[in-house]
Amino acid sequence: MSTVIAAPKPGKPWTATPKERAIVVGIYLAAAVVSFVIVAVTPMKGKLAYFTLFFFASIIIDFSVNYVQRGMASAKDAIARGFVTVGITFAVLPIFSILFEVVKRGYQGLGFGLLTNDMSATSVNDPIGNGGLLHAITGTLVMVVIALLVAMPIGILTAVYLTEIRGKFSAPIKFLVQAMSGVPSIVAGLFILSAYVYPITKELSGFAGSMALMILMIPTIARTSEEVLLLIPSDLREAGVALGGTQWRTVALVVVPAAKSGLVTALILGIARVAGETAPLVLLTGGGESVNLNPFNGPMGSLPMYIWKCFGQGTEESIARAWSGILVLLVIVLALFTMARYLSERKVTK
Amino acid sequence: MTNENEDNMDKTTTKPSSLSDVAAAKQKKAPGGQSLGVGLEARGVHAWFSGKHVLDGISLDFWSGTVTALIGPSGCGKSTFIRTLNRMHEFIPGAQMAGEVLLDGKDIYESGTDVTKIRLKVGMVFQKPNPFPSMTIAENVLSGLKLAELKTSNKDELLEDCLERAGLWSEVKDRLNAHGGSLSGGQQQRLCIARSLAVKPQVLLMDEPCSALDPGSTLKIEETISHLSSSMTIIIVTHNMQQAARVSDYTAFFLSDGGPGSMIEVGPTSEIFSRPRDTRTENYVTGRFG
Amino acid sequence: MTLLESKPADIPAPREITTKPRVSDKIFRGVVTAGGLSSLLILGLILIYLTYQGYDVLKSQGFGFITGSEWSLVEDESGNIDLNQTKFGIAAMLIGTILCATIAVVIAVPISVLAALYLTFYAPAAIRKFMVSIIDLMAAFPSVLFGIWGFFVLMPSAEYWAKLLHKYLGFLPFFDMQVPVFTRSPFVAGVVLAIMIIPIVTSISREIFGQTPLDRIQAAFALGATRWAMIKAVVIPYGRSGVVGGAMLGLGRAMGETVAVYTVLNIVYQINWQVLLGAGGNVASMILLKFGEAGEGEVKALMAAGLALFILTLLVNFVADFIVKSSGAKGR
Repeated sequence: MSTVIAAPKPGKPWTATPKERAIVVGIYLAAAVVSFVIVAVTPMKGKLAYFTLFFFASIIIDFSVNYVQRGMASAKDAIARGFVTVGITFAVLPIFSILFEVVKRGYQGLGFGLLTNDMSATSVNDPIGNGGLLHAITGTLVMVVIALLVAMPIGILTAVYLTEIRGKFSAPIKFLVQAMSGVPSIVAGLFILSAYVYPITKELSGFAGSMALMILMIPTIARTSEEVLLLIPSDLREAGVALGGTQWRTVALVVVPAAKSGLVTALILGIARVAGETAPLVLLTGGGESVNLNPFNGPMGSLPMYIWKCFGQGTEESIARAWSGILVLLVIVLALFTMARYLSERKVTK
Repeated sequence: MTNENEDNMDKTTTKPSSLSDVAAAKQKKAPGGQSLGVGLEARGVHAWFSGKHVLDGISLDFWSGTVTALIGPSGCGKSTFIRTLNRMHEFIPGAQMAGEVLLDGKDIYESGTDVTKIRLKVGMVFQKPNPFPSMTIAENVLSGLKLAELKTSNKDELLEDCLERAGLWSEVKDRLNAHGGSLSGGQQQRLCIARSLAVKPQVLLMDEPCSALDPGSTLKIEETISHLSSSMTIIIVTHNMQQAARVSDYTAFFLSDGGPGSMIEVGPTSEIFSRPRDTRTENYVTGRFG
Repeated sequence: MTLLESKPADIPAPREITTKPRVSDKIFRGVVTAGGLSSLLILGLILIYLTYQGYDVLKSQGFGFITGSEWSLVEDESGNIDLNQTKFGIAAMLIGTILCATIAVVIAVPISVLAALYLTFYAPAAIRKFMVSIIDLMAAFPSVLFGIWGFFVLMPSAEYWAKLLHKYLGFLPFFDMQVPVFTRSPFVAGVVLAIMIIPIVTSISREIFGQTPLDRIQAAFALGATRWAMIKAVVIPYGRSGVVGGAMLGLGRAMGETVAVYTVLNIVYQINWQVLLGAGGNVASMILLKFGEAGEGEVKALMAAGLALFILTLLVNFVADFIVKSSGAKGR
């Protein structure tokens, strides 16, 4: 006998059933009830008490339910599940708090004037409508671009050495790049102070600031570029060499263009890394109040310095300005980051 | 080979002894159909990967005390099929299935089933030996107990028993505290077999267990398989037809014509190799393709 | 038909393969190697210049520079520094640096490891990508933001927690204090630093966990392991050393932080182990504090302090590297 079997429908019988989901909800509800009861009955109070009690109650109840239904192994798994959930919550919560506070406190300072005025004519107690951070934005821009001009070739060449030449210095260089990424920003500032400002120019300038930023940028660019170059399949290099290309031509005309968007990502991440650095700029740039486009002459403002000085002044208005400055800086960092993400996704799908 | 195993086998199963019985038994195997009540039965098992249909309605019964070999060219779904038997299929993102797999009459995919318990009863040995490198040989063998929080009254006895049945005891009894990774490939695979045995499974799935090993180790493992078959059901996927002929009581031939894989024919091994009913089976076992 | 005499085949020695390098390639190699070695150059220069500048101070203070906690500048009539009477001691600041960074690591590493486990093994695919993005985003936040946010938003809550810790765990020497000043303490600084380094340590841990060999994971599951049992048996032995390396990197970062600590830590020149008390110090923020009004002589002392901090962070990075490289080979 032959039975006609209807065309089968694909399914996932292992996903949670409504009954299983209901049990999970039940566990959390029970934990909430327990924490409310305990708070009402004991002298514990406050949000901290609720959350801690809720966490422990839910783990204990989850453990018990699993133990009864499935045994000790499953019960231990329930405890682990509780802890990792708390872990991710603690890791992610500060981000939301930070974003929320920055927007809330910096929002009032936003206005057209913010982006077009500088602080040369404003005093500490002026309402936030006066003055702006144009000088800060131009200063940051100038310093970052100069830093990039030096850091980019050094960073990319380092990456090329590590991936293409792979000579006998590879291990020490990798270690050095790692060590350089650990240099505290203030130490970089002190170094430029002692090597450039004191002996040579004897005055603070934007260029000095750039040099310190450059030191902080190089490791980021080098590391990201190295990762990107490693992703280029070796067939590409072999094809170049098989066509009779010399090594430098192969690298310059085949490998690097293939990694183009990834290298741009590396540069963007390098910029994001230094855009918010404060300590070296405090030591080296003087934090000017007016727009100064000359990096070699005179103090230059920057977003981090603007924020720092406003915060230091302590008045209600200046603190509001500081928050606005933070908001602008955050928007810039976010934009850079999103751009870098977008570029690296595109590269993968191409 | 077949006759020997018949004598050793657990007589509480209803093992068909002729091809026509096998054919008739297969006919009843729609999902929801009548179950044998014991052993492992697959009923109309389909599998998909992200919408792509890769297994087409496989129905097979595996009687306890037998060794069944699954043969067929690469890519026709044999490994996917055995992964549906111990619910490892669902780990792959985008995996879906349909049909039933009955263990002692109960569908292992039924909602509310504790999947870890299923895997204790249906063990698996992989193609590439994978002992835990951070554990000693003894710890490796007993790792299944530790992972599932099982208690045993006599650890040393269990350890010796499993290593003995896996054919490894004499070679490692003096270095039970050496690292799991310090053995040769063949020894590592036998260690993995011993490890699977410690949790006392009813069924042992073996996914091309000898393909990464040299012929000497392969022979040792085949000996192990025949000894083990007296106390459990073994299902072995293999590319090596001679191995299937040496080791198994029943053989099932899988084939895919570019679409989902299906099972073309199943029967006692001697008959599949000498008098296959389907031409495709005949072409494969005589080496005309594959 | 003649039988060819069979001689044992002479196996030839391998030939040395050489190629005459083109000039352009030689230049290329030279340029690239120079670029690669520039990090050596820069690091070396940093060491040299800071030592050069701080040499006088180090010589006159001797070991007292690192062991003493007094920072008093004594000038003679003409405004020059009297090196015999002046004392520059950064012990309190060094201890403070290590203390704040240790608190940060103690808080951040468990959270980061748990979060990384969640992201790798527990997160539903839909939210995993999103969460990874926002954690990576937080790694890019400027430190001045953490300092100011820490001062205005976190400190009140941190004060509350500190009071609780003092109330219930005050018998422990760390949590005891003579004077009930809870604001701007090493504890608060540690919490802010922890929040700063969580993204980095989580990222590193996540990458390591993600590289756990799949065949071992499958072996554990095939034996009937639950998710946690698998993690305990396979992931943790595999990832242990890498996570320690990541934690040390976070430690190094926390040690060198300046502005994030400056706002939330009250600098006092006395070694303070009572983490809840509002007094402490951190070499980096001390440098920042003193720099504004420092005369030439004092600046040299600050350079020496910077040198000490630099060597400390180099050491930590070195140890981190060593741990990852050496213990990584075994048990993997």
